[in-house]
Amino acid sequence: MATRGRPPASAGRDGTSRAAAARAGAVAAEAAPARLEVRKTYKLYIGGAFPRTESGRSYVISSADGAPLANACRASRKDLREAVRAARKAFPGWAAKTAMNRGQVLYRVAELMEGRREQFATEVSQAEGLAPAAARDAVGRAIDRWVWYAGWADKIGQVLGSSNPVAAPYFNFTIPEPTGVVGVVAPETSSLLGLISRLAPPLVTGNTVVVLASERRPLPAVTLAEVLATSDVPGGVVNILTGRRSELVPVLAGHADVDALDTWGVPDNLRVATEELAAEDIKRLLRRPTKTVEARFDWLDDAAAERPEWIAAFLEMKTVWHPIGA
Amino acid sequence: MAAMATQTDSRLVPASGHAPSSWGLGDGQAIPWEYAPAPEARDLVTLKDRYGLFVNGRFVPASDGGTFATVDPATEEQLAVVARATTADVDRAVRAARRAQSRSWGRLSGKERAKYLFRIARILQERSREFAVLESMDSGKPIKESRDVDVPLAAAHFWYYAGWADKLEYAFPGRVARPLGVAAQIIPWNFPLLMLSWKIAPALAAGNTVVLKPASTTPLSALLFAEVCQEADLPPGVVNIVTGPGEIGMAMVTHPGIDKVAFTGSTEIGKRIAQGVAGTDKALTLELGGKAANIVFDDAPLDQAVEGIVNGIYFNQGEVCCAGSRLLAQESIVEPLIDKLKDRLATIRVGDPLDKNTDVGAINSKAQLDKITELVASGVAEGAELYQPACDLPDRGFFFRPTLFTNVAQSHRIAREEIFGPVLSVLTFRTPDEAVEKANNTVYGLSAGIWTDKGSRILEMVGRMRAGVVWANTFNRFDPTSPFGGYKESGFGREGGLHGLLAYVRLEDR
Repeated sequence: MATRGRPPASAGRDGTSRAAAARAGAVAAEAAPARLEVRKTYKLYIGGAFPRTESGRSYVISSADGAPLANACRASRKDLREAVRAARKAFPGWAAKTAMNRGQVLYRVAELMEGRREQFATEVSQAEGLAPAAARDAVGRAIDRWVWYAGWADKIGQVLGSSNPVAAPYFNFTIPEPTGVVGVVAPETSSLLGLISRLAPPLVTGNTVVVLASERRPLPAVTLAEVLATSDVPGGVVNILTGRRSELVPVLAGHADVDALDTWGVPDNLRVATEELAAEDIKRLLRRPTKTVEARFDWLDDAAAERPEWIAAFLEMKTVWHPIGA
Repeated sequence: MAAMATQTDSRLVPASGHAPSSWGLGDGQAIPWEYAPAPEARDLVTLKDRYGLFVNGRFVPASDGGTFATVDPATEEQLAVVARATTADVDRAVRAARRAQSRSWGRLSGKERAKYLFRIARILQERSREFAVLESMDSGKPIKESRDVDVPLAAAHFWYYAGWADKLEYAFPGRVARPLGVAAQIIPWNFPLLMLSWKIAPALAAGNTVVLKPASTTPLSALLFAEVCQEADLPPGVVNIVTGPGEIGMAMVTHPGIDKVAFTGSTEIGKRIAQGVAGTDKALTLELGGKAANIVFDDAPLDQAVEGIVNGIYFNQGEVCCAGSRLLAQESIVEPLIDKLKDRLATIRVGDPLDKNTDVGAINSKAQLDKITELVASGVAEGAELYQPACDLPDRGFFFRPTLFTNVAQSHRIAREEIFGPVLSVLTFRTPDEAVEKANNTVYGLSAGIWTDKGSRILEMVGRMRAGVVWANTFNRFDPTSPFGGYKESGFGREGGLHGLLAYVRLEDR
């Protein structure tokens, strides 16, 4: 593997300050460390497995201050199609789970995230340039938000469903069902909290998801994939790709087996083209309001970022007529 | 002479005068009695020579004076001349709607809005026969359907949503419902007044104002509705009706003064409309095409199922987006089911839409008739077996025989494409899994029907249908309280019920 001038192994991986990292670097230059760190290869997450991109391409991920952190996979359109296939395959099983079971499975993801808080905080701090305390706050909020959404699994049907008093002898009721395969273009700026705020709403009702992680800050998303892989969320339910937005968003928007799209993280210059492509097969869209600047949205604001409407955006309402009497 | 009763058992008196084979008279044998005409009086309707656009509470000509004609599809005679709106007219209508939203309608209390909507519902009931006759004249649908289905349901929609106008705070828990603003609404020609009511009633209840475009072949009931708005003293600009071709609809969709677009029509146009709002904040709901499966299991009550199948595909000449156009019959009962169906088809009366005994009226337009004819020809060419009852069609007008195809394969165009005509394609299945597979094997997902005596099987099939409305042991039922809309390429958003109200509000934090 080509070396890309990575920072010394100890720097920035344990939440140490930049000064400490520089000191460690100085030491490393003088003498071999007592133990050579095993670096992590950041891969894609498709169908419950961690393949490299079939294209063999990568791109350098840098921290907020410009220091190289790692090589991330630059997923290809073929990787994306594989991810959609995996999501489609996983959909019937995930949708068929009981609501309570789905809620418990998702809650367990929060349990596992809690165990990795420090790792997430370090990665978020590096990715977003947040002070350690702020990064820890964002991670804690992300875990709590996951719990908030997980709890909706067995409630949303009662809140959004209805029985309808029709003027004829029929029992008439309306129930929500998951739409299917949902493409999520995750926020570019908020690497973990933003991602979780977009991923949880479609997931909790039984949709399966293909996520395009933040392009410049994808590493927390890959770590989230590791959490999901060791949770009880079945493989294929969540698929996470890293790579170039300009390359992948049009493929996702134009894919005929993707039923719905969360376009929150779509860059403004791709917005019209993305929505036009999505119209070709009547995809459901959850769009970021044009006035909302992606980078300035306050994901820490629970009132703004915890919305049952975002769950409802990926539900279909099914109305059933059943005769009463003869 | 046969009795002139308005209630005639449709099994006894075939319009065609040809007996079903089960009557034992021999195929195509004339029935030994006559069937007397029962025409509905037309004099309740006073047609004007010219109709203007309804903008800001007044009828006005198009800005360039342009017009187009609307014809009676049963006679091909011109009914009236209607203004052809220009983009300048669209702009005027949108401005009028905006003014009304910000100055009058949007400021009214919910209670006051409710009373206007109740008024409209009452006037529709009071003038119901007039609307029914006009609707049948302009669209070609049988008077018994416009009288018993379209108009009463339209009034019921206004009635239902009227009551929501002052109860919005109870509609969406934890949220404040605010109007979106100005809605552009484009409706089709198959249920002109009913689709108008599905669009306008929830929009107005939530505090929006509207610019509505009826289909160019059926503008008259919308323009009569404009008179109702005047009669109800609705503030000017709350409802605006513009008439014209599809380009005018697209001008409404892309107008920057629009906050919400609601469209009912073909999937093809729906895609163009979705592209028209790309990159904006305009809210969008689409109610598009369908290719519904009507699934009959071997334990279904067959006579009841036959009535449901007939209602599913021949109601409104099959010009229904949720029509049960694919019959999926379990193999063990295909033969008796088809025999019964053919017998029933022989008794269907095709003819004058204004005759109270007509079951299947006129196809809405020459263009639609051509499309049906072309698709039926493709069915024959692709090897399906055609059956049409021997029935005489009127000399003039756009009529098509009730049509049944057997030996249909999934790959046939008549099994995949929306025909929007009285054409049923029969497919078969052996197991419930195969029925599910075939039913869902379509880009559409608007509706489905399930016929079986077993309740638990109904509920299982309900869960496996990828369709927005599922009718069990019935078909083509509608109600203002009952949400209606599609999965997949049949569109998104719901009309009717609380879910229909959601399509016209913006939810904010309390």
